[in-house]
Amino acid sequence: MKGDSHNLARRLRSFATFYFPLFTVSIAMSTKSIARRVVLLVLFACALGARGATAIDIGVVDALAFGDSDERSAAIAKLVDEADPRAIALLEALGSGDLQTAGKRVLIVKGKDAFDAVTGERVSPLPPVREDVVANNRVRREIAGALGVLKLLSTERAVRLGATKALALSSDDAPLPSVKKALERESDDEIKAILVSIIASAGLKSDIVEERIAAVRALEHSSNPQTRTLLVQLLEKKSDGTYAEPDEGVRGAASISLRTVENRLAWGERVGLVFASLSLGSVLLLAALGLAITYGLMGVINMAHGELMMIGAYATYVVQNAFKVYAPEWFAWYLVLAVPIAFVASALVGMVLERTVIRHLYGRPLETLLATWGISLLLIQGVRTLFGAQNVQVENPSWMSGGIAILSNVVLPWNRIFIVLFAALVLVAIWLLLTRTRLGLFVRGVTQNRPMASCVGVATARVDTLAFGVGSGIAGLGGCALSQIGNVGPDLGQSYIVDSFMVVVLGGVGQLAGTVYAALGLGFVNKLIESWSGAVVAKIAVLVFIIIFIQKRPQGLFAFKGRAQEA
Amino acid sequence: MQRRVLLKAVTLAAASAAIGLGSIAVVAQQKTVKIGILHSLSGTMAISETVLKDTALMAIEEINAAGGVLGAKIEAVVVDPASNWPLFAEKARQLITQDKVSAVFGCWTSVSRKSVLPVFEELNSLLFYPVQYEGEELSKNVFYTGAAPNQQAIPAVEYLMSKDGGGAKRFVLLGTDYVYPRTTNKILRAFLKSKGVAEKDIDEVYTPFGHTDYQTIVANVKKFSAGGKTAVISTINGDSNVPFYKELGNQGLKATDVPVMAFSVGEEELRGVDTKPLVGHLAAWNYFMSLKNPANDGFRNKWANYAKVKKLAGADKSLTNDPMEATYIGIYMWKQAVEKAKTFDIDKVIAAVGGQTFVAPSGFTVKMDEKNHHLHKPVFIGEIKADGQFNVVWKTAGPVKANPWSKFIAGNETKKDEPVVTAAMKK
Repeated sequence: MKGDSHNLARRLRSFATFYFPLFTVSIAMSTKSIARRVVLLVLFACALGARGATAIDIGVVDALAFGDSDERSAAIAKLVDEADPRAIALLEALGSGDLQTAGKRVLIVKGKDAFDAVTGERVSPLPPVREDVVANNRVRREIAGALGVLKLLSTERAVRLGATKALALSSDDAPLPSVKKALERESDDEIKAILVSIIASAGLKSDIVEERIAAVRALEHSSNPQTRTLLVQLLEKKSDGTYAEPDEGVRGAASISLRTVENRLAWGERVGLVFASLSLGSVLLLAALGLAITYGLMGVINMAHGELMMIGAYATYVVQNAFKVYAPEWFAWYLVLAVPIAFVASALVGMVLERTVIRHLYGRPLETLLATWGISLLLIQGVRTLFGAQNVQVENPSWMSGGIAILSNVVLPWNRIFIVLFAALVLVAIWLLLTRTRLGLFVRGVTQNRPMASCVGVATARVDTLAFGVGSGIAGLGGCALSQIGNVGPDLGQSYIVDSFMVVVLGGVGQLAGTVYAALGLGFVNKLIESWSGAVVAKIAVLVFIIIFIQKRPQGLFAFKGRAQEA
Repeated sequence: MQRRVLLKAVTLAAASAAIGLGSIAVVAQQKTVKIGILHSLSGTMAISETVLKDTALMAIEEINAAGGVLGAKIEAVVVDPASNWPLFAEKARQLITQDKVSAVFGCWTSVSRKSVLPVFEELNSLLFYPVQYEGEELSKNVFYTGAAPNQQAIPAVEYLMSKDGGGAKRFVLLGTDYVYPRTTNKILRAFLKSKGVAEKDIDEVYTPFGHTDYQTIVANVKKFSAGGKTAVISTINGDSNVPFYKELGNQGLKATDVPVMAFSVGEEELRGVDTKPLVGHLAAWNYFMSLKNPANDGFRNKWANYAKVKKLAGADKSLTNDPMEATYIGIYMWKQAVEKAKTFDIDKVIAAVGGQTFVAPSGFTVKMDEKNHHLHKPVFIGEIKADGQFNVVWKTAGPVKANPWSKFIAGNETKKDEPVVTAAMKK
């Protein structure tokens, strides 16, 4: 650092000694040449500016750092008025909490580097006692608006485009003069169009009828969800019976625009609902797929199924922690390893269970039920002693955070998108396993007719163990996926076991396809009721629905036809 | 014969010596007094309640190290009611009748408090309840060291409606489906109406305990917020908060657009959440870990050391929060009251708790009201920071007296601001 400032000082000195005599000479030179010199000087000053030789008004900086909310918003407004490009860095620092004070001095701190907020000079070493400058929501909101305006004047197209889009979506009134100024200077057609629509929606408050009609028509194309409210307000009747909008023509145009906007928003809502149902459906599917094999195909009433999922989730947790310690640079990809490990861990536990307990209880469903329930309690307590009773923290990798906005009012979160895809993948894998592999053939053979399979030389006991292992492993995969959207604790399995049985029984025991339909169907029904009457009622309604359904159709949605059922 | 007599004598002597030694040992061990700790250490509430158990144990260790209470060492009896409300009542009864504890510190959810309340009144025992709650209750046998609605919920909503809070015009009241959120929202609804907020601008939504799928709810909040400046008031309790905040972040609902004000989310609940997308969402409490004052520095250090020494889960990033502070205050108030009463007798201790003061980690001297069994506490509103801590953006000038009977619920005007002892309880 020290060398750096030395260097700067030396350059300044050489600059002075070099240019000063030149300057005196240059008076005699032609004006053109003077202009060139000035340009050079300005360029040099700019280069210095990056290093911070120019200053922002100290009063403004002080108001931002030490003022109350009102003083701060005045200071922000001032920065916007001056349209000072250096203000962007300052405001961004305040918004993101990088602004700190050391005594009277205001610093922009980025990691280990600090810059004086007034002069822009690098501050070294960092003052040891620093206080954070605290922004609140109001200040942050104003900063966002101010940055939008400042960036409108940026020289980079991408920055301007982003700023205009943000401005179009912002809930506050757009700063009209700045937008108009930006429109005059703008050459890009896409940005122009957005700016025009922003100005149009502001035109609603105009006194001229034509301008209002134009504004209302322009709003038709706006993708801002707030548009609907603006238009509805126009059509509302006031308490004295007159319309908020006095002109008939404007009202007519408004109701046409409103219809278009509402249609578009309704589509967004429908897409949102379908996605939510699909996402809940895949969660149910992941929870139930393993059970569809162990209970559906093999007929084992496995009350420890939920705990096998829990083991998968804890396996994910362990892998995550291992990555944190041993390979932090690969942390974003820990799930790639967690998936197979969750599968193997749950499969092993499942196979041990099958070998030691369940195998001796085939054909005795009540005893299986009690024994597996006992095992589930053992597993819960085991995990409690091992990891503690509290929930453990499984983080989403960065690529699974956030979401993608597909329509103006619909954002699909990445973690849910990945879970839908993952559920589909697991489903395909199971289907391939059961229909395309030798093991799948054996499993189907043994479950359909055990004595006959045995007669033709299938080692039925081994097939049982493997099939149970596969079912358990898939439960583990489910647990791994659930760890990304819910809580991971010893009780994780308890909250999914009922759902899993519900899905398998509803779909029809012994049917993979039935399980899929049941999971997606339940997801859809649940979300539909939830959007009408809330989550509590939805949960009750689904349970009541299933009870009635099973009364009427005990074999579930799909049932095996033919002789296979008696096994 | 001689030998046998000698043997007998020796055994006798040895026996009497042993008895004598035994009694001496009892004296040396000195008296102990038992107190019960009744917090869920498993189930959906364990995320919040486990640390309260540890805070209580820390306070007890501290008091014991300083000589105990009335010369007696405190012995903690820890039980786990496992987030199972009826089990709370069973465990409370067990603590009082079998373990003969002098006081119980415990409960988080109001449903658990309601479940143990008849037990404490029937057996005339003493409960210190450390969590903010909905009011509408005043028992002779309970001291409430958390906030009543006027010490948390009402100031929080006033802040949201103020210019600094964003000037919210529409409100989503979102909660877990049980007594605390329902009652709080009833009070808030009446309060909002008194401030001129129309019925159509208030939306009330509930989810079951342990709910994890907040897709629809967050999408609906988004839709509702298109109708004007909206704020969400969250009374979601327990581990459901983690998926709720995750969904908020993932669906891109920012605090500058729709701030979420939470009443049951503190530093501990945010431990497992990526807080970067949540910056600016709010919480109202009577204490934040980030408060800067000597009492809080001491409290934080004590807790950090205790967590490290006891190797508690998450000791590498030790956090303190409001209910921990309230637990800590409660135990000290009980100690001071016992010392004032000079006895562990329940009725005398109850009489002595009123009027006790304590320099709380919030930086204020809090006082137990002489009459209404609630603390006078300061109110803070904090915004979530990127590191999971809170920035205090608003606070009261000093401690506020609690109104357990909110004036926003009809019929409360006539209720007395002190426990009413009924004939049945006197028997």
